[in-house]
Amino acid sequence: MQSMEAGSQGDLDAFDRHVGADGKVEPQDWMPAAYAKTLVRQISQHAHSEIIGMQPEGNWISRAPSLRRKVILMAKVQDEAGHGLYLYSAAETLGVSRDELEQQLLDGTAKYSSIFNYPTLTWADVGAIGWLVDGAAIVNQIPICRCSYGPYARAMVRICKEESFHQRQGFELMMALSKGTDAQKRMAQDALNRWWWPSVMMFGPPDGESVHSMQNMAWRIKLFSNDELRQKFIDMTVKQAEALGLTIPDPDLRFDEASGHWQVGEIDWDEFWSVVKGHGPCNRQRLAHRRDAHEAGAWVREAAVAFAAKERARSARKAA
Amino acid sequence: MAAAAEQARSKADDADLFEVALRLGDSALILGQQLSGWTSHGPTVELDIALQNHALDLIGQARLFLDYAGRLEGKGRDEDKLAYFRQAGEFRNCLLAEQPNGDFAQTMLRQLFYATYARALYAGMEAEGEGELAEIAAKAEREMAYHVRHAGEWVVRLGDGTKESHKRCQTGLAALWPYVHELFMADEIDQRLIAAGILPAFEDVKVEWMTSVSSVLERATLAIPEDDWMPSGGRQGQHTERLSYILGEMQSIARSDPEAKW
Repeated sequence: MQSMEAGSQGDLDAFDRHVGADGKVEPQDWMPAAYAKTLVRQISQHAHSEIIGMQPEGNWISRAPSLRRKVILMAKVQDEAGHGLYLYSAAETLGVSRDELEQQLLDGTAKYSSIFNYPTLTWADVGAIGWLVDGAAIVNQIPICRCSYGPYARAMVRICKEESFHQRQGFELMMALSKGTDAQKRMAQDALNRWWWPSVMMFGPPDGESVHSMQNMAWRIKLFSNDELRQKFIDMTVKQAEALGLTIPDPDLRFDEASGHWQVGEIDWDEFWSVVKGHGPCNRQRLAHRRDAHEAGAWVREAAVAFAAKERARSARKAA
Repeated sequence: MAAAAEQARSKADDADLFEVALRLGDSALILGQQLSGWTSHGPTVELDIALQNHALDLIGQARLFLDYAGRLEGKGRDEDKLAYFRQAGEFRNCLLAEQPNGDFAQTMLRQLFYATYARALYAGMEAEGEGELAEIAAKAEREMAYHVRHAGEWVVRLGDGTKESHKRCQTGLAALWPYVHELFMADEIDQRLIAAGILPAFEDVKVEWMTSVSSVLERATLAIPEDDWMPSGGRQGQHTERLSYILGEMQSIARSDPEAKW
């Protein structure tokens, strides 16, 4: 892998110029080791988030209240599995193996989006996740379609198309509830109350505290700051909540005439860091579920390998 | 086409057609519901996606059959009223569909058995029948052909894989084999529909099933169990204890407020 070779100052300068001029980097190109390392971390975290993200929504497949909602939800969770696969493939172009990355998820050394460490307590949470969590994901991910690393940018184009479909489906589910019975409206409001702040926190810590931001922006892995993206999401979502007739759970929320943006009250960063450090309501549950599935499937994977070896031996005997 | 469909319809009683649409729809629904339980539990992400695909096919087929059944009945019951507001005793799925997922070997065997049956049945319905039921069967037949291939490949891989996978397959086979006989037992309703050319002869479906399944099991180095216990009655509404649990979970939200739109 060329990226693992130390480059000269000239290589570094040429790389910076290329990326700075919006040039794309492909797997065979020389790249600084730190650039590759950052991408592996970011792409694999994203892949892990898709895989872990199957759990909170998968939780409601068996109980979806209509067959139409059931197939929509199943197809959505299936898309997430597919996104996980494209992203693992994009990461593999940087010289790591999927097994290695999956192992990091299982042993708890890799991170994934903290949003999936919150529980889905009612059917309305399926709508709230589609509307808010996928909505936030799109705001985060659309710029990545233009990021400097080609395989990542291309994977994101397809993922964003599917995510925007999911977001519309989630919004439509919330609309059905908010136009429904009093109990359904309460369910929708309760889901918004629980998912609003975690969604706002999905963009990561405020710009001043974000450790990787500066270099990543120079390398065009990140095109906008956490706070810029967060603001975009807030402005977009406040209007949508209004259309749904739901109330954003923030007494300090106000429209700032001077900037033309909605301003939220104080974000509880202690909660954010606590969930990141493993103390969210479902961190242990999500990881245990993934480990159980992995361990329960070990004999299947071993059988597939053993069968393939037998088949190879059989065709070698035939050829001989 | 419309005239031919009308003629086929007139040869069969609407009540019989309603019953067969429920039998096929309920089997697809219950099997799809159970298969969807593998989501995020699959042995690999690829298999997770494949199982979800198959569950989606089955629930899609269930929607077509149940929607048709509801319109035939003409009492204002749509696919959701039929899926969510009937008790276990009103369900007409085969007993095989309500057998537990078990391990991955058992799930794949159940899928092979059901898909091989459904494909042969649907192919016969498509060839002989006319009208909407035959059209649904034609669509479903193409999907089931893929399920037969996928499940068959996995049964061979697991049967002829490791000692452990072989043993798990043989255990799954012993658990499921009793429930395959019901698939080929024609009651009076089936016989009338066979005579009307809506359903194919069950003996033919059985011959095709045995030929196809025994060839897979042979390649998988698995021994076919003895035919001894042959439970039946699912297609007439007599189920195992499991079905009411499956329905209890599936119907819980819909039943929490029968007037609500979701």
